[in-house]
Amino acid sequence: MIDVKNLTKSFGSNLVLDGIDQHIYPGEKVVIIGPSGSGKSTFLRCLNLLETPTAGTITFEGTEITNPKADIDSIRRQMGMVFQHFNLFPNMTIRKNITLAPVRTKLMTPAEADKTAIALLRRVGLEEKADAYPAQLSGGQKQRIAIVRALAMKPKVMLFDEPTSALDPEMVGEVLEVMKELAQDGMTMVVVTHEMGFAREVGSRVLFMDEGHVMEEGKPEDIFSRPQNPRLQEFLSKVLH
Amino acid sequence: MDPTKLYEAFSALDHPGFWQDAYIKFYKAWFYEDRWVNYFKGLGTTIQVTVIALILGVLLGVLVAVIRTAHDQQRPGNRNPLLGLINAVCKVYVTIIRGTPMMVQLMIMGFVIFASSRNKTMVGALSLGINSGAYVAEIIRGGLMSLDPGQAEAGRSLGLNYLDTMRFIVIPQAFKAILPSLGNEFIVLLKDTSLISVVGGKEIVYFAQAIITKTYEPMYPYIITAIMYLIMVLIFSWLQGKLERRLRQSDRR
Repeated sequence: MIDVKNLTKSFGSNLVLDGIDQHIYPGEKVVIIGPSGSGKSTFLRCLNLLETPTAGTITFEGTEITNPKADIDSIRRQMGMVFQHFNLFPNMTIRKNITLAPVRTKLMTPAEADKTAIALLRRVGLEEKADAYPAQLSGGQKQRIAIVRALAMKPKVMLFDEPTSALDPEMVGEVLEVMKELAQDGMTMVVVTHEMGFAREVGSRVLFMDEGHVMEEGKPEDIFSRPQNPRLQEFLSKVLH
Repeated sequence: MDPTKLYEAFSALDHPGFWQDAYIKFYKAWFYEDRWVNYFKGLGTTIQVTVIALILGVLLGVLVAVIRTAHDQQRPGNRNPLLGLINAVCKVYVTIIRGTPMMVQLMIMGFVIFASSRNKTMVGALSLGINSGAYVAEIIRGGLMSLDPGQAEAGRSLGLNYLDTMRFIVIPQAFKAILPSLGNEFIVLLKDTSLISVVGGKEIVYFAQAIITKTYEPMYPYIITAIMYLIMVLIFSWLQGKLERRLRQSDRR
């Protein structure tokens, strides 16, 4: 579904991604773990070109999106993205946050978008917040809305960039719950996270990144129970206590 | 009591008292030969000049701010040379306007560039608009830059194009953030219209000075001028406050 070849990204003289080759298959739940500064967020942001790769190619369903002539807007419509800091639009109601993109991109009529928004909100239990503003919501509620906003575009793949890192501990659960349901529905997901429990439970493949490389990858049970790479062993000993 | 009769009664006195004298001077500055009409003529010009300069200033300001922001947001290694050139022109414009006094700009426009123009009021409005544009550009640029880049990223990652992202997400939020400084700039502009009298623009100060040359009494015409400006600024501040409260709607918790 997404094919990444020799993906390289540097900020100035700082090499963040060093020739990554990966393939993400339909229905996969790829979880990326690693210490901060390892390049995992940059990798994710390259997938929908929020960061322009320095070298290498990314192909999404046969379209080379790293080609400057590619219609990046139409590709991004098929890739939902959820951010660490939610990035809801504070000047709009929740309903408008969700319906803006489907309506403006002519994916849906305003009436259809509204129906979709309400149905999705009902799914995450926030139907009554449709006409509230983001400032009136808790962090966990905001992140659930942000997921709904991305889903309203009916994406083929969802990218999550540390979706629970900015949340108070008691709100992490409600967001992970929504993500688990999404995974069960068969959504293709790429998740950068520090939630090892989630990685173990939901991930179909775990990538361990460090210093711009994928140091180790495999099924969650292998990664967590039988880590081979010394760096991964060290990382896990620090985060699993 | 009829003001004119009172004036005549006081003028007939050999030694008018303090308040009687004050009344005589005020009468000469306001009622005599219907002089108050002139202040309102000047007020009309002031409002007209402010509106023209405001529109010109906002248009120039938005244009320059968008060019400069677009230039600064280009990806390194992928720069457009034409945009670089236009950006340099914008930078020179902002530097010159911000680096020289309004009064000097006005005199260069009025006595050098448009020396032969007979409509000095329009020359004044043009100079003020060009001046205001540089400040408005910097205010808007600051507003656009202060916004969390995550907002634009969220818009683009949903598949919205650059223009829609600017229109629905970036500009409304930036506008709310810059409204206080923009209001401040408009008040400065409104008051700076008083400067155009130096090139012969016929606004309030121009008429006040014309009255002074007849009465040799500067106090009341200038105080009247000051009060007229103050009232205009108060009305404008009140309108601005109303707008700010309306835009704060989404902040309530």
